[in-house]
Amino acid sequence: MINPNLNPYVPHEAIIVERIQETPDLFTLRIEFTDPEIRAACKFEPGQFNMLYLYGVGEIAISIVSDPLDCLIIDHTIRVVGRVTRGLANLKTGDRIGVRGPYGRGWPMLESKQKDIVIVTGGLGCAPVVSVINYIEQRREEFGRLNIVQGVKHSSDLIWKERYDQWRKLPDTKVLLAADVGEALWPWHVGSVTSLFDQLEFDPDNVSVMMCGPQGMMRVVCDHMLDNRVAESQLYLSMERNMQCAVGHCGHCQYGSNFICKDGPVFSYDKIRHLFETKGF
Amino acid sequence: MKSERYFFQTSQLQNLLDKLQDAGYTCVGPQVRDDAIIYDEINSVEQFPRGINDQQQPGSYSLNSNQSTKFFSWANGPQAIKPLLFTAKEKLWQSKQSTDGQITFKTCDPDPKPIAIIGARACDIAAMKIQDQHFLQQQFVDPYYKARRGNLLIIAVNCSHPADTCFCHSTGDGPFVDDGADIVLTELENGFLCEAQTSQGEKILHGLLLEDCKNEQLEESERIKSNASKQKRKLPEFDIKSRLFNELNNDAWHAIASECLSCGNCTSVCPTCFCHGENDVPELDGKSSAHFREWDSCFGQGHSYIHGITIRSQTSQRYRQWLVHKFSTWHEQYGRSGCVGCGRCITWCPVAIDVTESVAQFVDRRCD
Ligand code: SF4
Ligand code: SF4
Ligand code: FES
Repeated sequence: MINPNLNPYVPHEAIIVERIQETPDLFTLRIEFTDPEIRAACKFEPGQFNMLYLYGVGEIAISIVSDPLDCLIIDHTIRVVGRVTRGLANLKTGDRIGVRGPYGRGWPMLESKQKDIVIVTGGLGCAPVVSVINYIEQRREEFGRLNIVQGVKHSSDLIWKERYDQWRKLPDTKVLLAADVGEALWPWHVGSVTSLFDQLEFDPDNVSVMMCGPQGMMRVVCDHMLDNRVAESQLYLSMERNMQCAVGHCGHCQYGSNFICKDGPVFSYDKIRHLFETKGF
Repeated sequence: MKSERYFFQTSQLQNLLDKLQDAGYTCVGPQVRDDAIIYDEINSVEQFPRGINDQQQPGSYSLNSNQSTKFFSWANGPQAIKPLLFTAKEKLWQSKQSTDGQITFKTCDPDPKPIAIIGARACDIAAMKIQDQHFLQQQFVDPYYKARRGNLLIIAVNCSHPADTCFCHSTGDGPFVDDGADIVLTELENGFLCEAQTSQGEKILHGLLLEDCKNEQLEESERIKSNASKQKRKLPEFDIKSRLFNELNNDAWHAIASECLSCGNCTSVCPTCFCHGENDVPELDGKSSAHFREWDSCFGQGHSYIHGITIRSQTSQRYRQWLVHKFSTWHEQYGRSGCVGCGRCITWCPVAIDVTESVAQFVDRRCD
């Protein structure tokens, strides 16, 4: 919860308690607010995000990947994509940054209890769904069958192989990986993600499908699921847009009438279907 | 609150400025600068654009002198209330990093100077109410806007001379002010009809030499209103909101936007546009950093930029964002259209694109 009496634009100091290099350009910052009051008041949900501020450079929206049971130390897995993330990548344990949040509406975890779960990501892996997988991992018996599908362009783009191996060991869990182009020794499927879909195990009347990644991929997934009688309201997408304020003021994240920073980032398909079919919107 | 209407002589106008200053307000009013009517600090009625009227057409704006003794016989200039509340550029906070790495943040409080704006028009007040919704009445409150809004007193003037570009009558936002001001004036031949809409307004008004208003004066005001309501431009009468939204993929957007330069003049003069960007700038002392926000436009390259991709890379996509936001998705966000009919985007468009015509292009297109 964000204290409504605080200026929503101003970050709070946080200290990096651990920095983990996940892959050459993916790293995790575990942070803790230095102000005990801010730290104690912090509560978040899977799929929500924080604005991380690199001193003298600027802010960037990063999704929270750690479990909401521990809100004192908050994990952010970050890909190096620009000025701010490049700078954040250079920080070490003990360094300080600014953080404000959490913002947005996350994944429908309560609504998904006891349902089968299908998680689909594409492109270069996707931090927003990592929070869901971690969440289910901690509460495995509260959910039905778990399917994790990841598609990449080239097999060398698959990062975080260890994570997938770890998830594959969870009970009642299927991990399906596909690369459009596969190198020698790529043990998984070569082809599009959708060609894996007949291997999924779920009850179309009792499933939550959660996805993030390129819009084109999510569209294909939605079409496939709708063909398989999954209701539009059970398809959840994490959307990405330019975010600067995260509080619904700056207008950059608008997607139709939605402000992705506060009405999203997670939307059910029925809320955005019409826009989804429109290029460049 | 609606109080009685009174009349005061033209000679009282200076008294109004003085009373406002006595009450601690800095007066901001219309004046001619660089061939346009702009709003800035004002101390004397001599500074008002008296005997001036404006000619506005798509892509053009000019001022003429006439023989009239009226102060407000013009429509509107490029800006009015918006920059006073949502400033074009503003420092939000500062951060400082000490040698041991600690970072401290300092909020920049907006200057709490009370301002009285004189001569705001119905369209500007309607637009301000929309910005109030956006910055003050959602999940998060903007403390910078709020501080200024709480210190703003509005002395509105009903429009008597709308420009050719105005269409506030068809959006339902003018030419006369319904509510939202502190004081509303109507300029008559020899003076002003006046009415307080808030108790602060009433206090100021009662410091002037007021006369009871006569029936002829009320009739004169009605005549002005009905003349000013006869506007050449209007929005077409169809369900604009649904039709635009249902035609997102129509090829017509390319034709409609074919002239557009993507310059963003329309969004910067539009009194309802709220977009802004944030950025960090090193302070001159070299020891701290300042975090600014600055008006931004959906016509800019960076507005939809994410991870190396500009989502709205084409001008037609940006024009669609602007038009669909103003006239369609705005309804979902704030319960009304985002256009108050001020006509500024028409006047200040360098290639004379007229939003009312752009919208009208969809009149014959079927909505599914
Ligand atoms: S869209 Fe144009 S006419 Fe409408 S309020 Fe904005 S500037 Fe004025
Ligand atoms: S998206 Fe465009 S039209 Fe909408 S408020 Fe922002 S600048 Fe104005
Ligand atoms: S990020 Fe500014 S409005 Fe959503």
